[in-house]
Amino acid sequence: MSFYLKQALYIATAAGSVLSVLASEPIDTLATQQLGEVIVTAVKPASETIPVQTLSGKELNRLNSNSVADALRYFAGVQVKDYGGVGGIKTVNIRSMGTNHTGVVYDGVQLGNAQNGQIDLGQFSLDNIEALSLHNGQKSALLQPARDFGNAGTIYLRTRTPRFEEGETYHARLSMRCGSFDLLNPSALVELKLSDQVNASMSAEWLNSSGKYKFRYRRVNPAGELAYDTTAVRENGDINATRLELNLNGSVSRGEWHFKAYNYNSERGVPGAIVNNVWRRGERIWDTNSFVQTSATLIFGRWTTMENVKYAFYRTHYVNNDDKQIKIDNLYRQRELYVSSANQFDIMPGWSASASYDFMWNTLDADVYGFARPERFSNLLSVATAIDLRRFKATASGLLTLIHDNLNGQEAPADKRVFTPAIYVSAYPLHDMWLSIRAFYKKSFRMPTFNDLYYADMGNSKLNPEHVTQYNAGVLIDHRQHSTISALRFSADVYYNKVKDKIVAYPKGQQFRWTMLNLGVVDIRGLDVTGLITLNPIRDAYLTLRAQYTYQKAIDVTDPSDNYYRHQIPYIPHHSGSAVINLEWKEWNLNYSFIYVGERYNQQENIRYNYTQPWYTSDVSLSRDFSIGQVKARGLLEVNNLLSQDYDVIINYPMPKRNFRITLTIEI
Amino acid sequence: MMRLRYILYLLAGIIMFITYGCREDELVVPTEYDIIPELPAPGTSIRGFYLVNEGNMGSNKCTLDYFDYFTGLYARNFYAERNPTVIKELGDVGNDIGIYGSKLYVVVNCSHKVEVMDAHTGIRIGQIDIPNCRYVRFHRGMAYVSSYVGPVLIDPDAPKGAVFEIDTLSLKVTRKVSVGYQPEEMEIVDDYMYVANSGGYRAPNYDNTISVIQMVDFKQVQQIPVGINLHRVKQDAHKKLWVTSRGDYMGRPSRLYVLDKRKGTNQMIVTDTIPVACSDIAIHGDSLYYYATEWNNYTASNTISYGIIDVRTKEVVSTNFITDGTEREITIPYGIAIHPETGDIFVTDAKNYVSSGTLYCFTPEGKKKWSVRTGDIPAHITFLKR
Repeated sequence: MSFYLKQALYIATAAGSVLSVLASEPIDTLATQQLGEVIVTAVKPASETIPVQTLSGKELNRLNSNSVADALRYFAGVQVKDYGGVGGIKTVNIRSMGTNHTGVVYDGVQLGNAQNGQIDLGQFSLDNIEALSLHNGQKSALLQPARDFGNAGTIYLRTRTPRFEEGETYHARLSMRCGSFDLLNPSALVELKLSDQVNASMSAEWLNSSGKYKFRYRRVNPAGELAYDTTAVRENGDINATRLELNLNGSVSRGEWHFKAYNYNSERGVPGAIVNNVWRRGERIWDTNSFVQTSATLIFGRWTTMENVKYAFYRTHYVNNDDKQIKIDNLYRQRELYVSSANQFDIMPGWSASASYDFMWNTLDADVYGFARPERFSNLLSVATAIDLRRFKATASGLLTLIHDNLNGQEAPADKRVFTPAIYVSAYPLHDMWLSIRAFYKKSFRMPTFNDLYYADMGNSKLNPEHVTQYNAGVLIDHRQHSTISALRFSADVYYNKVKDKIVAYPKGQQFRWTMLNLGVVDIRGLDVTGLITLNPIRDAYLTLRAQYTYQKAIDVTDPSDNYYRHQIPYIPHHSGSAVINLEWKEWNLNYSFIYVGERYNQQENIRYNYTQPWYTSDVSLSRDFSIGQVKARGLLEVNNLLSQDYDVIINYPMPKRNFRITLTIEI
Repeated sequence: MMRLRYILYLLAGIIMFITYGCREDELVVPTEYDIIPELPAPGTSIRGFYLVNEGNMGSNKCTLDYFDYFTGLYARNFYAERNPTVIKELGDVGNDIGIYGSKLYVVVNCSHKVEVMDAHTGIRIGQIDIPNCRYVRFHRGMAYVSSYVGPVLIDPDAPKGAVFEIDTLSLKVTRKVSVGYQPEEMEIVDDYMYVANSGGYRAPNYDNTISVIQMVDFKQVQQIPVGINLHRVKQDAHKKLWVTSRGDYMGRPSRLYVLDKRKGTNQMIVTDTIPVACSDIAIHGDSLYYYATEWNNYTASNTISYGIIDVRTKEVVSTNFITDGTEREITIPYGIAIHPETGDIFVTDAKNYVSSGTLYCFTPEGKKKWSVRTGDIPAHITFLKR
């Protein structure tokens, strides 16, 4: 009933998931060395003391992925919530701890969304992404902003960095992608060498799609007779988006600097749930996400410093035009100012320490009645130390977070002060170092978002942070040689996570009214296994197999009197995994990828009425590289959902059947 | 070529994994049965009752449960199995239920329709599309359905609601009348319909009126100011109207109002304001049963009350009609009904709105007789005659 409130909830999600973005080429010097192929990435395992999964270069290109969210499905321990289609919202949940515990770092600076804490990764194109990596806990680097020590899991997105050969002064790349859903997706990238010290890159992309696709619902009765079978077209899923990005990279005698300006603009329909008698809805969202960020890294002997500054502005306009429902026309504006200074001191060979300080200012303004217009000041201070004895490495870090909110016309909640420690160790028991064992313990938390705290009368300003404790132990095998098996990589990690004071919606008062409470406790036990093998059976031919499997038991242990006590939490399968087979022969490349998500429940209670079937899709792509004179070109044909499975990732949000894409890229 | 063999094995394994088909045909949602230790009262005219579970918005989990006193079976999720060919089942967010003649009507709010079934079999007869429909009442061969959306008006930001008239034989809309903002329940007294207007879409500028509709020409003849955010309207045996206000969830609390005709006229006026919070009411004889859920910001918890009012004296005669302590098990009472013959009290518990609820049956003395698991958000009950 009074479903204006339900609607409010939805808006909170939809509008919120709007995001933020950010950037600046980090000082990720390690990463910069690993450009290009995954094979190269695999060479440097020894540098990571924590579980990390990476997709980069060619390997990333070959996966049939529209967006960063699609590519993340190939990582162990990750569940992607996908509302379907080109413009549908896509968020990720690492190891069942919840989307809000996942940090997303774009070229060195974390993307923020103080409004709802979720980053819609469907908005991030893979067009200019060079590497994508997932770190459980934090990156093991010492020299990083304080904020990077704070997440339960972090996804790093790194855009392409210009690299010029002798005599080259520019690169240009043009790409055109089109296919099902009336997709039209041209993009352009220009890289210029301005001087020996400075280079620039500009990238632009336009995405247009009607978002229309056929979907099918079919039911049979227990006797096997057809009950109904209907196919319809997904409506109101159109998107029109542009992305513009400018990067300047420079080097100075003691270090390097980066500058980035980013702008994303989109208008899209919100397709909504397909329910009885409702096949089309009228919600629309306009997003503008802009930011500028700059960073500088300087080395003074044993002292290295990295400074980051960012300013971001996100505007979200949400409209509900459905003439059967409440009219909504809301404008949300978020601002973020971020300043960070990270400093590392090498005390002696093999022993370093760092201290970082971040300051962040966030505001949210909305033309909603009685809106509290929150303003948040965050101060983060981290200290960390690492020892590297070659066969044994350890990192310990601690992060102190102080948060102060101001409200317009209301009393602000008490300041929050949270200390979160982490310890990471790894050891290489064998002399040639192809085997390592590793373990970590980490505490982290997420602040209640502005929506949780202050949204209309649903928010609860008395909320406390939601805490997560993680324990992880694992092994990594990394082996490469010049024989038939040219690369072999295998990892297995077991983990135990506990989420306490989980922020959940709780019914209050009359009718459909909710508030947010620190109510939930979730107990998560899991296993992530990844494997990669590259074979070189005959000359010029490489066969790469990549596979990943995740087992998770994530149960609600809040209250023994609940119907769903010790039940698996919603949308977390016990079993999930993926496999990718890639065959490369001369200029040809054939890629097959398979994704499997096991049975899940769409609500807290694990009963028949909430059961959701497994889904699994097969995607195939074929590409050929060729050159026309000086121009290098590449043609790519992709077929997604080859077997045309009809499935929902989220109940009542049908996914597309078989669909196609053709890409032509030329590079000068 | 041992290697090749391994690769082939691996490929074969993957293909088997795909075709092994962990995915099966989606089955029609099956009905589940529970046995209830309850016998029909001797000579009863009541066969059983239907219960609508609303289901959370967007979940398409509005379901219908049925209890039959003669078989003692409680059938959970009864609709889909009876009507397997209906695409996407009963729909999204049920909001009301009623039986008139041989037909059962379920108002499905977010599916924008009223579903009509045979009352004895639950088999679908048809549907009437009404946008954002809320409640259903019956009068002289017609069904009346309130809707948040009236005609497309000049002011698109605040469309008024409407009441639609449906011929129960042809199941066609025959007339409609524009009323106040976001109308909820209706009641018909002496050929006038009284419609509670909530104005819920206009918060904080809630509506505060009852629309009076003259049934002969189906015109709104008056709007009576009562209280903000009105919701329930029920008449008692003395033709008085009992109207609930939800309040504004902030400074102005929920209240219960009484309307009666001014002496010697046909005009309803507010005669009393009962100082109790009130979420829903059910009238049996001269007893009005009510419950209320009020959120307290200081304790961050709900205060729940159950009471009985004597409709003649308008006094609260009991502040808890549940007498055996069972109320402690109830998280969020969400629906109430009284058995018209035995006086048994039914109270539903919606819990957290996104898990199975519970239906409790109490004796008229307030002792628990039985309880049963329901669908999500059990809310509205109607009794089926034999």
